[in-house]
Amino acid sequence: MAIVVKRPKLKWWEHLYIPAIVSGMRVTLGHFFQIVSKKKKVTMQYPEEKWDAHLPEHYRGAPALVTDEQGRERCVACQLCEFICPPRAIAIRPEEIPSDDKWAKVEKRPKKFDIDMVRCIYCGMCEEVCPEQAIFLRKDYAITGTSREEMVHDKGRLYEIGGVRTGLVNKWNYHK
Amino acid sequence: MDWQFLLASLTKIVVFVFLVTLPLVALTVWAERRVSAAIQDRVGPNRVGPFGLLQPLADGIKFLLKEDFTPNHVRKGFYWIAPALTMVPALLTCAVLPFGSTLFGEKMVIADLNVGPLFVFAIASLTVYGIVLAGWASNSKYPFLGGVRSTSQMISYEICLGLSIVPLLMIYGELNLSKIVYEQAVNGWAMLPLWGEGWSLKGALLFIPVAISFVIFVTSMFAETNRLPFDLPECETELVAGYHTEYSSMKFALFFLGEYAAMIIGSGLAVTLFFGGWSLPFGWLTPDSLHGEVGFLTGAIHIASFFVKVIGFILFFIVIRWTLPRFRYDQLMRLGWVFFFEIALVNVILTALIIWLVE
Repeated sequence: MAIVVKRPKLKWWEHLYIPAIVSGMRVTLGHFFQIVSKKKKVTMQYPEEKWDAHLPEHYRGAPALVTDEQGRERCVACQLCEFICPPRAIAIRPEEIPSDDKWAKVEKRPKKFDIDMVRCIYCGMCEEVCPEQAIFLRKDYAITGTSREEMVHDKGRLYEIGGVRTGLVNKWNYHK
Repeated sequence: MDWQFLLASLTKIVVFVFLVTLPLVALTVWAERRVSAAIQDRVGPNRVGPFGLLQPLADGIKFLLKEDFTPNHVRKGFYWIAPALTMVPALLTCAVLPFGSTLFGEKMVIADLNVGPLFVFAIASLTVYGIVLAGWASNSKYPFLGGVRSTSQMISYEICLGLSIVPLLMIYGELNLSKIVYEQAVNGWAMLPLWGEGWSLKGALLFIPVAISFVIFVTSMFAETNRLPFDLPECETELVAGYHTEYSSMKFALFFLGEYAAMIIGSGLAVTLFFGGWSLPFGWLTPDSLHGEVGFLTGAIHIASFFVKVIGFILFFIVIRWTLPRFRYDQLMRLGWVFFFEIALVNVILTALIIWLVE
């Protein structure tokens, strides 16, 4: 059955169309003058103004490796993050810590630790799975490069972003 | 024809068309983007140069450097000539617009024709050839539909445009735009008859038909320049880009610039006919006679006055574009043929009656 849509009955001045133009222009010019007189500000000028101060505590940015308070790299190359990583962005090659090293009892450390930031989806699973609390998602979000090679963060770069984190895991502390 | 006349004309052409109107086109594009941005609570182009003023220049360079691609299936000759045919008439109509009183004893109008508005309409209606040729030569569906729509739209609204200014021509008894402007300078602008002879019973009565013809003229101007709310020839949602779908690079830019140039000339004509052209309100600084000598400063003020009015009109065009939604095609045709055409005809008779009765 056909449905008859009732059209509103327009008054004669509404047929003229001019009042509609005037009220429409009141809306658009209202917005125009609010923006021009800087009463209202909607847009942030990105590279100059940043929202960094407002980033939430749980923000997931670039993953990075951290060292502990004694300068030991926390990562023990267990490769759990490599296995959990959904886009397979992480590539680890472990190596044995030689017996004359200060941290010989840790036994393993990554020889190579690459995170391909082109692949990374910032899911945070590596952080979640890490038993040594060695990998963290930082608040860095502007990861750019001009080539694919540049977008691969190697071990040095990851420690540079990560820096030092104290506390958390104390089992390797050699005072114990 | 002496060399002095040639030199003066050439200077006026170069300065008015190439050093003022074309930069004004660029400025209009910039203003369009900034104003539309402000209306939509955005920022708009603000990176290139101060306030983004050099953005049109950057766009122009971009257009020049882009690949000028000619599809295989087009009719080459017509395809190449169409963009020029939209740009050239728009600039040609500059010739009769009086953009100032006098400067250094020279009339500030390129060609002081005795058939000003007719010349403008004759040349402006050539624009439709560019669009038709573009639509047809592109040999593809969307441009073709755009071209067809544009043809019928422009032809329909040209009639309203022509009829809408007949009352003005009756009131002034004159087709020379310079004389019309001088008349308005002395006796009150058509849309602001508050001094001289305009400030009388006759002037007040005549204001009614003038206001009606102003509404019709401006609306038809919108349709004539293919701008929203009448941009049916190129409405993106239905026709991709209409008649310039197949164009790229500088050829597309010519269509784009032609549209804006037509808009500026349209504003110039509206200002000349309804807002007293270069004259200042209340008869300030009006020369003693038509083409009477004025000082350099007064001449400069008159030119500035013209361009201030034109820019104001352009801003009005822009705000309207970002306020109103597009008409449906049948609504457009109904508005043109059923309403404006009849109202314009009645308006002519009304004007004649008023002039006859008052005298």
